[in-house]
Amino acid sequence: MIPELGHFALMLALGLALVQGIMPIVGTRSNDPVLMSIAGPAALAQFAFVAMAFTALAVSYVTSDFSVLNVYENSNTQMPLIYRLTSIWGNHEGSMMLWVSILTFFGALVAAFGTNLPVVLKANALAVQAWIAAAFELFILMTSNPFVRIPNAPFEGQDLNPILQDPGLAFHPPMLYLGYVGFSISFSFAIAALIEGRIDAAWARWVRPWVLGAWMCLTLGIAGGSYWAYYELGWGGFWFWDPVENASLMPWLAGTALLHSAVVMEKRGALKIWTILLAILTFSLSLIGTFLVRSGVLTSVHAFAVDPRRGIFILGILVVFIGGALALYAWRAPLLKQGGLFAPISREGALVFNNLFLTTACATVLVGTLYPLALEALTGAKISVGPPFFDLTFGPLFIPLMAVMPFGPLMGWKRGDLLGAAQRLLAAAMLAALATAAAFALEHGGPMMAPFGVGVAVFVMAGAVTDIAERTLVLRLPLRAALRRALGLPRSAWGTTFAHFGIGVTLMGIVGVTAWGSERIAEIKPGASLDIAHYRVTFDGTFDRAGSNYRDVVGRFTVHRLNGELIGNMQPSRRAFPDRNMATTEAALMSRGVNQLYISIGDPNKDGSVPVRLYFKPYVLMIWLGAGIMFVGGALSLSDRRLRVGAPRPAKARARGVPQPAE
Amino acid sequence: MVLWLIFAAMMAAAVFAVVWPLGHKPSLGGGSDRLVYQDQLAEIDRDRADGLIGEAEAESARIEISRRLLAAADAEAAAATPASSALWRRRVAALTAIVVVPAVALGFYLRLGSPDVPDQSAFARINNAPGHQSIDSLVSQVEAHLASNPNDGAGWEVLAPVYLRMGRADDAVAAWRKAIALNGESPARQSALGEALVAAANGVVTDEAKQAFQKSIAGDPHDAKAGYYLGLADEQDGNSAAAAAKWRALLAQAPPDAPWAGFVREALARVTAAPAADIGPKTGPETGAATDAATGPAASDVAAAASMNETQRTAMIRGMVQHLADRLHADGSDIEGWLRLVRSYAVLGDRDKAKDAAADAKRALSDHPDEIKRIDDLVKDLGLAG
Repeated sequence: MIPELGHFALMLALGLALVQGIMPIVGTRSNDPVLMSIAGPAALAQFAFVAMAFTALAVSYVTSDFSVLNVYENSNTQMPLIYRLTSIWGNHEGSMMLWVSILTFFGALVAAFGTNLPVVLKANALAVQAWIAAAFELFILMTSNPFVRIPNAPFEGQDLNPILQDPGLAFHPPMLYLGYVGFSISFSFAIAALIEGRIDAAWARWVRPWVLGAWMCLTLGIAGGSYWAYYELGWGGFWFWDPVENASLMPWLAGTALLHSAVVMEKRGALKIWTILLAILTFSLSLIGTFLVRSGVLTSVHAFAVDPRRGIFILGILVVFIGGALALYAWRAPLLKQGGLFAPISREGALVFNNLFLTTACATVLVGTLYPLALEALTGAKISVGPPFFDLTFGPLFIPLMAVMPFGPLMGWKRGDLLGAAQRLLAAAMLAALATAAAFALEHGGPMMAPFGVGVAVFVMAGAVTDIAERTLVLRLPLRAALRRALGLPRSAWGTTFAHFGIGVTLMGIVGVTAWGSERIAEIKPGASLDIAHYRVTFDGTFDRAGSNYRDVVGRFTVHRLNGELIGNMQPSRRAFPDRNMATTEAALMSRGVNQLYISIGDPNKDGSVPVRLYFKPYVLMIWLGAGIMFVGGALSLSDRRLRVGAPRPAKARARGVPQPAE
Repeated sequence: MVLWLIFAAMMAAAVFAVVWPLGHKPSLGGGSDRLVYQDQLAEIDRDRADGLIGEAEAESARIEISRRLLAAADAEAAAATPASSALWRRRVAALTAIVVVPAVALGFYLRLGSPDVPDQSAFARINNAPGHQSIDSLVSQVEAHLASNPNDGAGWEVLAPVYLRMGRADDAVAAWRKAIALNGESPARQSALGEALVAAANGVVTDEAKQAFQKSIAGDPHDAKAGYYLGLADEQDGNSAAAAAKWRALLAQAPPDAPWAGFVREALARVTAAPAADIGPKTGPETGAATDAATGPAASDVAAAASMNETQRTAMIRGMVQHLADRLHADGSDIEGWLRLVRSYAVLGDRDKAKDAAADAKRALSDHPDEIKRIDDLVKDLGLAG
């Protein structure tokens, strides 16, 4: 009965979504506040029913109710409870349920907490949100129904793909979806503004928390996915420029651009139309990401043929929503009032520069991801656009962006002082030069450019610190006064500092590990050892270990320093899952500061030797540490409910040829 | 019924959520851009007081925001057509909600729902009376367990007789061998292995089976199963006298209430008296599924076969199989016959014919999916698939 209740709840949610998508719009068109007021309760009720459906599915998973086809196909009574729960979204149907649950959850949040929103904007935005929800609820019911039943339940389920039986799956997809789907709110607000034909600086204030929240979750989701790939796939790589990864990176790039342009809009009333477009594009990229991952296009273009209905359905959703939104934009945007003016050298100008580079980088990734697919679809030729393409295109776009980033926060609104900013960044630049020199002196091997990469990373970090030091005047005032100033600063200022610092930390990690990481690949017998960096790793032998639904062949390794000091031991394993007839590699990681030793083993040979991959990963933890710092920055900014005012620098007498004051 | 009552309650709740606001005056709260700009102006004063911005900057910011504030206030005044809510519109909206929400939900549910399928959580399935549970699911449960714990001898010992009952004689043989390897030899296990071997050979006590029974009787001279089958072996070799002697000895030592006594007496009657034409050739009390009484070879044929040499015997068996095949091609509705035919071909080593027979059977039984499944299972068990 429980699965049927969930099934019916999902259908009721679809019915509610249709009502929620139509009535409030009728209300706003006819200026009828009663009809508009339906949107809120409908959104809450829709979420309640979707949550009920999701809970029903979860109950089926937890109790291993194999009369539900989806549970039978992806779960197993032998699996630990945590994986029975995570396998809800470890498959296509369940992950679409999660998608819709989060979508309606955000709708409910807007309904419940959007009390400061104008009634018309709120009604329109919730209606747009309902269209998206209706489209995906219909998609689930028509092509990806997790509530299909089997009359005679099989006794045992088929188990979850072993690669996904990992704590990472508990965390990564929900975070990623919170990010993806969170951008649906800014999309809905953008469409609502276009429908209403009115947009102003206040719009950005209303959208800001949603963009920030989505951006934070997406940041953590991407970082989590990258760490998961790093330790689970056994190759020690943290980013592969894989289309699935790119699918999450693109909304992040566009979302980051949106975050910054929304600041300009909120504080200065400028870049309005551009911000609207970015809001549309960001969510469109989320949809494209969902499409790429969920339609099966990615594994192969031909996977379309396996279940063409799914791919075509999502393609339809894409065309309707992206095409519709852009058409609406083309039609309504010219009616919107343009925002304020500013000089090219100004905070606004710096943020435009940021937007320009971020969106170009995003376009690069989009091309690199879609071009091979398009080529294969059209000509059947299989080409691989891998790291070389992205190193050549993405890198050169991102490095200047990083180098310019510290200047932005130091420049005044409306008209800035580049020379002044440069002077204040002098210390940071000197620190960066020092770091570059030190990198040249201390690290050996690696590409020539790597020390400069370190320099840029240090410049970004030091620049972020400079900004906050300038604001608190910590170097000029007594410490106590500076501390008081620091506490008085808006938390959003701290947020900027943290987020920018985090980017520097991540960049440092990426540069360090790609330039100076080392690896040894060998077959070694028990008793033999391998030297890597300043460590000696000795293989002691293997032993067997049984888990709940798998068996491990564990290799035991002892790690010493080259001078003989014992550090510890590491136990990588090969994990066999009999139900799926599959094996996974469980790498062992040992952190030394921000560096890591990484061992993964293959199946043992008959003579007792095992194939071993041994990596030394310098600075690698900084990659994810940086993402964590960015998240904290976002959280600080999100917690700051103060109004944002971009007080413009007054024009000086000598400044000639600057644009007229805004509006 | 309960299900539909809950559905009705859910529908009522959903409709209520959208109809309820229609009957209420909406709270005319909500923010506006004017409010945001007013707050921004206040914020400038705070920032100024904290010394975060200079006076000149604060002043130009105030000017800018005041401009925006004026524009927003103007727009608000211009757009302030009194909000109205026509009663007819509310009625249409309520009616639409009352119709659309249940109609969508019910429309989909009637197409996609499975109201009759009960929940079957793992807990419920395990607690179900075994009678309600298909043997297949029980077996696959044990198989899964053994796949991950192949050294569980007790598990193999449980599974083996079930295989035999299901007609999976070869699997039973393999399972008994594993049980013997893991748990050690015992008379009972040896005779059970022998019985499985007989079933796998379609009722013929092969040399291998005979060895198993001999080992059993060596360990336990009173093992009834071994005693019976060794007698049967004699009978099949044409040595009725030896068979009769063995069975008489068996009956002599039988406890008065031995359930198999009647069965042995029957067999004894068969070899001592003139064979009755209609007595089925039950080769063993537990192998009913392996050979089928109604269509099995007559006892006389078995006796005859026992006295022939290998070539003659094979020829005779082939003749009988051909006979069965002809009968089934004339009337294909006999599922047991088909199963027997397929198994016979497989035992004779004629894989192609076995496959053909399976295909013919499926064609003949095309209206009976359950029976087709039995054919498929057999084909799989015999390793004919693929």
